[in-house]
Amino acid sequence: MKKVSISFTLNGNSVTAEVPETWTLLKTLREYFELTGAKEGCGVGECGACTVIMDGQAINSCLCPIPEVEGRSVDTIEGLAGEDGTLHPLQDAFLKNNGVQCGYCTSGMIMSSKALLDQKPDPTEEEIRTAIAGNFCRCTGYVQIVESVEMAAKELK
Amino acid sequence: MIDYDYLRPDNLEEALRLLKEYGPKAAIIAGGTDVMVKIRNTRKAPEVLVSIRGLNDLRYIDKAGDYRIGALTTHRMLEESDLVKTELSALYDGASKVGSVQVRNVATIGGNICNAAPSADTAGPLLVLDAVVFMEGPDGKRSVPITEFFTGTYRTVLKREEVLTEIRIPGEMEEFGSAYWKHSRRKAMNLPILGIAVSVKMDDQIISDVRIGLTVAAPTPVRAYKAEDFLKGRPLSDEALSEAGRIAASTECCSLRDSLRGEAWYRAEIIETYVPRMARLAAERISKRRSK
Ligand SMILES: Cc1cc2nc3c(=O)[nH]c(=O)nc-3n(C[C@H](O)[C@H](O)[C@H](O)COP(=O)(O)OP(=O)(O)OC[C@H]3O[C@@H](n4cnc5c(N)ncnc54)[C@H](O)[C@@H]3O)c2cc1C
Ligand code: FES
Ligand code: FES
Repeated sequence: MKKVSISFTLNGNSVTAEVPETWTLLKTLREYFELTGAKEGCGVGECGACTVIMDGQAINSCLCPIPEVEGRSVDTIEGLAGEDGTLHPLQDAFLKNNGVQCGYCTSGMIMSSKALLDQKPDPTEEEIRTAIAGNFCRCTGYVQIVESVEMAAKELK
Repeated sequence: MIDYDYLRPDNLEEALRLLKEYGPKAAIIAGGTDVMVKIRNTRKAPEVLVSIRGLNDLRYIDKAGDYRIGALTTHRMLEESDLVKTELSALYDGASKVGSVQVRNVATIGGNICNAAPSADTAGPLLVLDAVVFMEGPDGKRSVPITEFFTGTYRTVLKREEVLTEIRIPGEMEEFGSAYWKHSRRKAMNLPILGIAVSVKMDDQIISDVRIGLTVAAPTPVRAYKAEDFLKGRPLSDEALSEAGRIAASTECCSLRDSLRGEAWYRAEIIETYVPRMARLAAERISKRRSK
């Protein structure tokens, strides 16, 4: 199978991946870079567990062919905490509000929420719900997740 | 094993040349939200994917006489455009309801209508906005009205070597108000059981012109011409709107079927209920815009 060499910015660092041309961004993150924060739930765009931010926009990395990442900038959950391990206000808020139970949806939830807060620092509850409508959580019932995002928005102000 | 070559031309000429060179072996990929899902679900892929995502010239929304929307415009761009929201409201209603933010950030309007699912959320709105579809291929450019674009479920008039480049909406549509209702079980991440789009032009309280578009009501998105003819020249009254709804739901306008997502009788009731509601919403929107 033909391999390609794809160069892009990953969590602020310039990287190059040498992977089969048919891989998705999700597979490349998990199997080439061994960044396993983004999860595969469905593999077809339905669940949001694989959400990452590309050039400022939340996307499903499971639907993104790796050649499309050439020259782009990708942010994953692994890039959120500070160098010294200080958690991002979103991570902190999810922990404090029980926005996490099994955790499978969490990195996707947080990346969708981050894309929202980067664009709209003061979102309404409706805007938060719209931003995470493509992120399924089978544990929490969403209330704590929405509260976590609200708390993080306050913290970030 | 899934295997394909992934080619990324950066202009239309190059894309057309590749499509011609690879012929039946090649398929176009834009946002990939239909293509990638299909490859994954069927475990089959074309030999060559020609990605048109790099054709940035095909990503625009503007109004110069007519409204012009590039094929690669994403649903997210449509939902964030004030021009679309205020003047092409039905298209805003449709685009903003496609999948999730993650999907709308990459999925394109061109891909939505080229894929030609009976449930495509921009199809109904484009039908009632008199959209014209522009294509370019080895034999040059051509265009067809959206009413002639869909030829069957997942089928269009587009030829294998052609690229859809633009969707144009006549400037006269600015005198219409429009609205689209996506009827589904959940608020998000769900395909419609039925889609109902209506556009109206009002002369005081009289409906001087009207379009009604239905999706998931027949093998292709359809206009309910008989119901439109009935409504033209009538007042925006409950009686007239209910009768139009009944005509739209009848076999004169569509061919409702039972399916997993909804039975035919239920679909008929939805049409009868929402044709009037969308007509009223469309009328309200145009009168609000007029009074500004
Ligand atoms: C989780 C999920 C939820 C979804 N929800 C909805 C929904 O609610 N409503 C809805 O309507 N759709 C929905 N879809 C379907 C899909 O997102 C839309 O149809 C989308 O607009 C397709 O655009 P794309 O750019 O991703 O197309 P692609 O997948 O890239 O292409 C689709 C088809 O069109 C062809 N094509 C694309 N662009 C062109 C062009 N310019 N010229 C010629 N041919 C072209 C391709 O060859 C392919 O056959 C959903 C998809 C997913 C994965
Ligand atoms: S794994 Fe990508 S959306 Fe489910
Ligand atoms: S915490 Fe388990 S799926 Fe969300």
